[in-house]
Amino acid sequence: MISLEHVLVVGALLFSIGLYIALSRRNAVGVLMGVELMLNSVNLNLIGFARFIDSPRPIDGQVFTVFIITVAAAEAAVALALAVSVYRIRQTIDVDRLNILRW
Amino acid sequence: MTFLLDAWYNFDPFDELYEWLQDTAGSTELVYVVSAVLGATAILTFVGLGALANVWLERRIIGRIQVRRGPNRVGLWGLLQPVADAIKLIQKEVLQPRASDGALFNLPPILVFIPAMLTFAVFAWAPDLVYADLNVGVLYLLALSSVTSLAIFIAGWSSNNKYALLGAMRVIAMAISYEIPMVLALLAPVIVAGTMNIPGIVDWQRQYDVWLAFLLPLPVFIYAISATAELNRTPADIAEAESEIIAGFHTEYSGMKFGLFYAVELINSLAVSGIIASLFFGGYSLYGLDEYIPPWIIFIGKIYFFYFGLIWLRGTWPRLRVDQLMAFSWKMLIPLALINVVLVATEVLLWRELELGDWFLAVIAAVNIVLAFLLLNLFFRILTSSYYRLPRRVRLVGEVSVPSLPAPGPVAPS
Amino acid sequence: MQNGKGAPEHGAQQHARLSVCLRCGEGRGVVVDDTAVVVAFYVLAVLTLGSALMVSLVRDLIHAVLFLILSFVGVAGLYITLSADFVAVVQVLIYAGAISVLMLFAILLTPRSARDNSAVSYRAPISIVAGLVGAVIIFVGLKTDWATVSEEDRFPQTAAEIGKALLDPYVLPFEVASVLLVIAMVGAIILVRPGSEER
Repeated sequence: MISLEHVLVVGALLFSIGLYIALSRRNAVGVLMGVELMLNSVNLNLIGFARFIDSPRPIDGQVFTVFIITVAAAEAAVALALAVSVYRIRQTIDVDRLNILRW
Repeated sequence: MTFLLDAWYNFDPFDELYEWLQDTAGSTELVYVVSAVLGATAILTFVGLGALANVWLERRIIGRIQVRRGPNRVGLWGLLQPVADAIKLIQKEVLQPRASDGALFNLPPILVFIPAMLTFAVFAWAPDLVYADLNVGVLYLLALSSVTSLAIFIAGWSSNNKYALLGAMRVIAMAISYEIPMVLALLAPVIVAGTMNIPGIVDWQRQYDVWLAFLLPLPVFIYAISATAELNRTPADIAEAESEIIAGFHTEYSGMKFGLFYAVELINSLAVSGIIASLFFGGYSLYGLDEYIPPWIIFIGKIYFFYFGLIWLRGTWPRLRVDQLMAFSWKMLIPLALINVVLVATEVLLWRELELGDWFLAVIAAVNIVLAFLLLNLFFRILTSSYYRLPRRVRLVGEVSVPSLPAPGPVAPS
Repeated sequence: MQNGKGAPEHGAQQHARLSVCLRCGEGRGVVVDDTAVVVAFYVLAVLTLGSALMVSLVRDLIHAVLFLILSFVGVAGLYITLSADFVAVVQVLIYAGAISVLMLFAILLTPRSARDNSAVSYRAPISIVAGLVGAVIIFVGLKTDWATVSEEDRFPQTAAEIGKALLDPYVLPFEVASVLLVIAMVGAIILVRPGSEER
């Protein structure tokens, strides 16, 4: 018997794992992996809402999910292009060393 | 009135089995599981026997195209050659490089087999005979082909071999380039039939009594070429070009693991032929002949007909270079596919909104065929225009005057 | 999702079925009361969360990406248990098929020395923060009185309805998303062009 609460719990756990990965990676691509996990957890929540919540047009949740997948694809492309470009210029991809903008 | 026994049509014993199970066991889940297992066994049997038959068919037919007999030693007409191949591959030593990624090395042969097998689940073998009646069948097929490229990358990466990785990279670049025209070409039957459900598209072709290949010649061409590239078959087999890059991504795989890669290529060819047969050429229907012959026999016949076409392509065309392949996809197939989508959408919109009759389908077919011709001509000329300006090689006959030798005198007897 | 097709119109033959689609003609989609769906949900949830955890625990970056792909596929399975078949296939096609390949290519274009999946030195506070955020979200999710409705077959045709929604109420975001994709493509190509090192 799956209800909305189950989906929300799974989504929240996935979000917290993604948050941990995004904040604690040294590699820029690792941070991107965490961000993608967070976006996936949001999508899961939206699909759960589309399935279970009373609404005049329940397909909206799935439409939002398609938009989020699209935006995530565009963002991943640009982020990885940035990572490759930064590596060419600074010869490193370690986020701890990419700190030219010091205080 | 059926030509063969009724049991070949109706599979009565199975229906009786399901009803008996439901009566005795009482739970519908059990019937569901049993029927799923039986259906999966049937599909796996077809795929397994198909892979065996394909090995023989490929080698014999390519042999005949190359003006030689194929293998004819092992059995009558070489029919036991697949068995000999299988025995050879099984008894080979399975090597694993010490520096290769341990568990990852064993994964790709299995991982590349799964999408090949899953493709057969959505085909419509007969009017009511489909294993998984998905509402998004066409999109599901496209998702499976994008998973295959991941498996090839893992194979190339885990071999810890520069050349394997290079081969895998080339294959993935080619696969993702050809995915786009494939998606756009498969969008055309979806637009015309109004559904992504594969039995629905076959039903549409049966209902309007016309095959979608006659209405949409350009997507057939685009899909056939893109699928050949996705399958890594000649003319697009830079993946396993034996003369170029040792053996590409499966260099380090020996024995039955390589056998699995090889078998998957054959099974994928069958799957692609099945897709072409279902979506463009009517699936199990043959203008009413499926009342007399079981529809699944017609479908299998069509699959092997298009598979023969793929073998013919392999035997006849030379291998293209990787940059030629990329140029072909990005500069020719994608613009063609985009123009085609706009065209087909406009035609279907006119057909549906103005509620014209079925005669409009003939108009659509005529317009599409003429436009396909013109567009292909146009694109060929645009793409190859730069080659006409290259200096032509001098031909001896007719262009260069050969200084004539003195006429031979009478042969001196000495 | 498994909508059967009903009886064939032509001929009086009852063609066989390869696999029995139970109660399909009544328009039943994925019903979350079925045992199979419940078991599938739990298995897929464990798979997804386990792979997400392994992303942070393995030492090699490429292995981390492979576990990420596994979690994407797990999430796609979860979508199917929630009657979102179109979105599930789109997820596999785009996330596991395209974004993952993009990440792998980008990793292979970076040096081997930077390919470790190590964490920064201050991981403990980060894990506490992430745990707190997760706990807050779970608390809010469980405490709120959601206006749920338990329909059996909510989405008989997801692809058609998504298409209609994209063209009728959400046509502006649809067009903006396509412009965004073009901008992202052009931007990514300009960023990695070889001539950009001189600037």
